[in-house]
Amino acid sequence: MDLISSLALGFSVALDPVNILYCFIGVLLGTLVGVLPGIGPTATIAMLLPITFSLNAETALIMLAGIYYGAQYGGSTTAILINLPGESSSAVTAIDGYQMARKGRAGAALATAAIGSFFAGSVATLLLAFFAPPLARAALNFGAPEYFSLIVLGLLVSIALAHGSILKALGMIVLGLLLGMVGQDIYTGTPRFTFGVRELFGGLNFVAVAVGVFGIAEILRNLENEKEREVGVKAVTNLWLTRDDVKRIVMPILRGTGLGSILGILPGGGHILSSFASYSVEKRLSKTPEEFGQGAIEGVAGPESANNAAAQTSFIPLMTLGIPAHPVMALMIGAFILQGITPGPNVINEQPALFWGIIASMWVGNLLLVILNLPLVGLWVKMLSIPYRVLFPAIVLFACIGTFSINQNIYDIYAIAFFGILGYLLIRFGCEPAPLLLGFVLGPLLEEHLRRAMIISRGDPMIFLHRPISATLLGLALLAVLIAVLPSIRRKRAEVFVEDD
Amino acid sequence: MAVNASRNDFASGAIFVALGGYFALEAMKYDFGTPFRMGPGFMPVVLGGVLVALGVAVAAKGIGKPDAEAPPAWPWRGIVLVLGTILFFAATIRGLGFIPVVLISGLATALSSSRNSLLSSLVISVGLCVLCMLIFVVGLGLLVPWVGPWLRF
Repeated sequence: MDLISSLALGFSVALDPVNILYCFIGVLLGTLVGVLPGIGPTATIAMLLPITFSLNAETALIMLAGIYYGAQYGGSTTAILINLPGESSSAVTAIDGYQMARKGRAGAALATAAIGSFFAGSVATLLLAFFAPPLARAALNFGAPEYFSLIVLGLLVSIALAHGSILKALGMIVLGLLLGMVGQDIYTGTPRFTFGVRELFGGLNFVAVAVGVFGIAEILRNLENEKEREVGVKAVTNLWLTRDDVKRIVMPILRGTGLGSILGILPGGGHILSSFASYSVEKRLSKTPEEFGQGAIEGVAGPESANNAAAQTSFIPLMTLGIPAHPVMALMIGAFILQGITPGPNVINEQPALFWGIIASMWVGNLLLVILNLPLVGLWVKMLSIPYRVLFPAIVLFACIGTFSINQNIYDIYAIAFFGILGYLLIRFGCEPAPLLLGFVLGPLLEEHLRRAMIISRGDPMIFLHRPISATLLGLALLAVLIAVLPSIRRKRAEVFVEDD
Repeated sequence: MAVNASRNDFASGAIFVALGGYFALEAMKYDFGTPFRMGPGFMPVVLGGVLVALGVAVAAKGIGKPDAEAPPAWPWRGIVLVLGTILFFAATIRGLGFIPVVLISGLATALSSSRNSLLSSLVISVGLCVLCMLIFVVGLGLLVPWVGPWLRF
């Protein structure tokens, strides 16, 4: 099937009225949680996973994807208007965007963010359409050793890109891997770590873990120190850009899109990294670097394009290899599995309508986002005045009811409480929750492929080095760790990652 | 603790050691297998051991480097009420039914914020109850009784 007919198939799925509706709901919810600080896309998608269970696969995944890139988009609105990034990836946008807003140019900043995001989203979606099929074909030749090495690479790169202590990040990954082993052993059926509770034989519920570690832990964290938000800008006027503005943002948008598209594929948080990288590139290339930090429009255009491009291309490893690039993608894997589809290279052949439908829907979603955000920006400003004390009881209840509705299993709800407090303690002591979730999702896969590879090689671990693709992947993983521990890069990392979701 | 070490590193290291130790010890009871045919105990024992080692390393790294900032106060009220609510929800959703459980849960969580008064918490819980009923029971067809068997006479 060539690209055109594939895309046509995709658009026929994406333009189905029901799917447009859910895509709209997805980007609307995404924008909402992106705008509201204190609740991110990870917790939202985790809570909504159970709801999507009753939808068909295409519709469910289109909506969940919409939440993710909608949140990237909404985060910038908060960043510009109240200098508080709704999402970690818009932390950079806040630097210059808020300064523009203070100078009365909030409208121009929002418009720049919208145009940049739309352009970047469209280009990155095309890239996804181009590169996913050949990558998926290549991945079909992967055997157990290659998958094992690929997972190791994904896990290790995610720490290289994470912020804070590498040892702690490694610990969180290993803890996640162990938690993933709860339940019946795949080969022998031996129940492991189940305390004899039959409900745990199927493993810990993924949604419960995600909601606990990301949703409940975050609430407890926020209750440590309650503050009300202040909205500095009450009304946004004049969304139009001047001719000069347009000239100034063209190149940053193009460069941001390029950077974001490449970095988005990396596991571990490419969308955050890409917006920081784009900002420093623009600052370095600018003829007037002193303007940066004072409301330079390039400082909004570049990073916003970059983070949106990265949000789209981070679907590439998910859709072609079945390996999530970061926690939201891990949740998407959960969504695929709930729908009875194993994410990986086979999806493109076995479920072409699903695969291309999701890709096409991203373009539709980006268009909807522009429509949603620019004329309705006043509504989002109002949203910011919803106090947190009303919001978090809703999150707790949604988490409980949502998780309960998946399997009607009350142990899943006990698991939320357990992971809520565990997550809270670990976050409080300086560990990040994202690697834990990644490890949890990949743990069973890692074990399965390791055991299968060892059976193939009759117990010889050298198999991972004898197979060229596997050896290359392991080499890259080693390189990623080496780079992460080099002192000069460590310092840079500390500057780059100020906040994470 | 008046020692010259990072409290955070110590605490997170201790959590890693405790959990890694639990997984490794528990997994000893399962068949370890051979590298050729790994048993169900192989990965957990190895990973549990690695986690214990990492925990020790994290704690050791914190020696001589006390935390720069004093830790924030523990949100006891939040911890007790939020976690208590979740446990309450799990324990009673089958017995009390949807409406009473959601009302009580909403009220208890709202009260965990020092900024909510009793009245505003009541308003929040009633509002949330209606919202959740519409979304989950009416909209998504969640099969759960409005009022559970414990309350029927």
